[in-house]
Amino acid sequence: MRRPFYLLFFLGVIALLSSAFVANDKGYEVGDTAADFKLKNVNGQMVSLGSLKAAKGFIVTFTCNTCPYAKLYEDRLVQLHQKYAAKGYPVVAINPNDVDLSPGDSFQEMQKRAKQKKFPFAYLHDETQEIAKLYGATRTPHVYLLTRTPGNELKVAYIGAIDDNSGDPEKVQKKYVEAALDNLIAGQPVSQNSTKAIGCTIKWRGNS
Amino acid sequence: MEIRRKVASILLFFCSLAAGTALAQNQQVPAVKLAHLQKYLNSTSDTTYIINFWATWCKPCVEELPHFEALNQQYAQQPVKVVLVSIDFVKDLQKKVEPFVARRKLKSTVFLLDEPDQNYLVNAVDPEWSGAIPATIFVNGAQKQRFLVEKPMTPEMLQEYLDQKFKLNQ
Repeated sequence: MRRPFYLLFFLGVIALLSSAFVANDKGYEVGDTAADFKLKNVNGQMVSLGSLKAAKGFIVTFTCNTCPYAKLYEDRLVQLHQKYAAKGYPVVAINPNDVDLSPGDSFQEMQKRAKQKKFPFAYLHDETQEIAKLYGATRTPHVYLLTRTPGNELKVAYIGAIDDNSGDPEKVQKKYVEAALDNLIAGQPVSQNSTKAIGCTIKWRGNS
Repeated sequence: MEIRRKVASILLFFCSLAAGTALAQNQQVPAVKLAHLQKYLNSTSDTTYIINFWATWCKPCVEELPHFEALNQQYAQQPVKVVLVSIDFVKDLQKKVEPFVARRKLKSTVFLLDEPDQNYLVNAVDPEWSGAIPATIFVNGAQKQRFLVEKPMTPEMLQEYLDQKFKLNQ
């Protein structure tokens, strides 16, 4: 009589585990609670979202040194930070690219780039690629806008592109991230909470 | 006399320059809208289209292009067609894309997809696509088969798709 029970329990555990893996595989969706992380900033210090207590949320942006599309958005990321950090939403940039596949994305190169472009925000190295996987980032640049709830949880409020014209900042018609931030700051629901854009595939370890 | 010779040599110089540019740009790449691509995506014929999204600035894309070219040649006698969709900016068409296509002597169908609103574009091409490149869609309308692969492809991976999903083993 006991064996079927054990078998069922065993199957249940497997189902739970696999569903957890499936969820991980797809990453976050809007409305999910985002996990905090602890990653090394270009200044050598470890940064976690929890340590930035004054922030109401974060413009978490997976980006890198080498992708031309990521580079097209560097200045716009700086502008976003300058406009919204004071309002409680700083940019937190994360480079998830594998250094072996993309030597231009090493920690030293990140330090150089941050200096050249005078990044006013944290530029973190996701060396194990675990955070990019957990969040479900696929390309650079890829934004996850997080907002802190009264219960001190970080909710995903927007996932996607920074704006609707990567090639020409002058021709941008929709500033997706800014619009979402303005919604959040006004206490309104985010009207467009998900967009897509062309970008470079994250250089995953083990992929050619 | 002196001036005439100078004029002649200058003329000759410009002629050779023009000829040189003509040679270098012999490969015309059309800039098209989404509707043109959708003819392939929504085709109902029993042709297997291998639609690869790439750009001159995308290193892994450029590295995998030869595999697609080889496939195009390998299946030349079969209803298999490689379509290389450049998503470079249209302003780079003559400056970068056409010289690249000429230099690499690309034989597959190539065009540049000129749709600046990428949120619209990416969703319209495939709701499953995140927008990362390289990305490849295998589609056969008659067989009602369609697969999106959002990562770099090796020749082995390409062959596996054609063998197992489309029974196109050679």
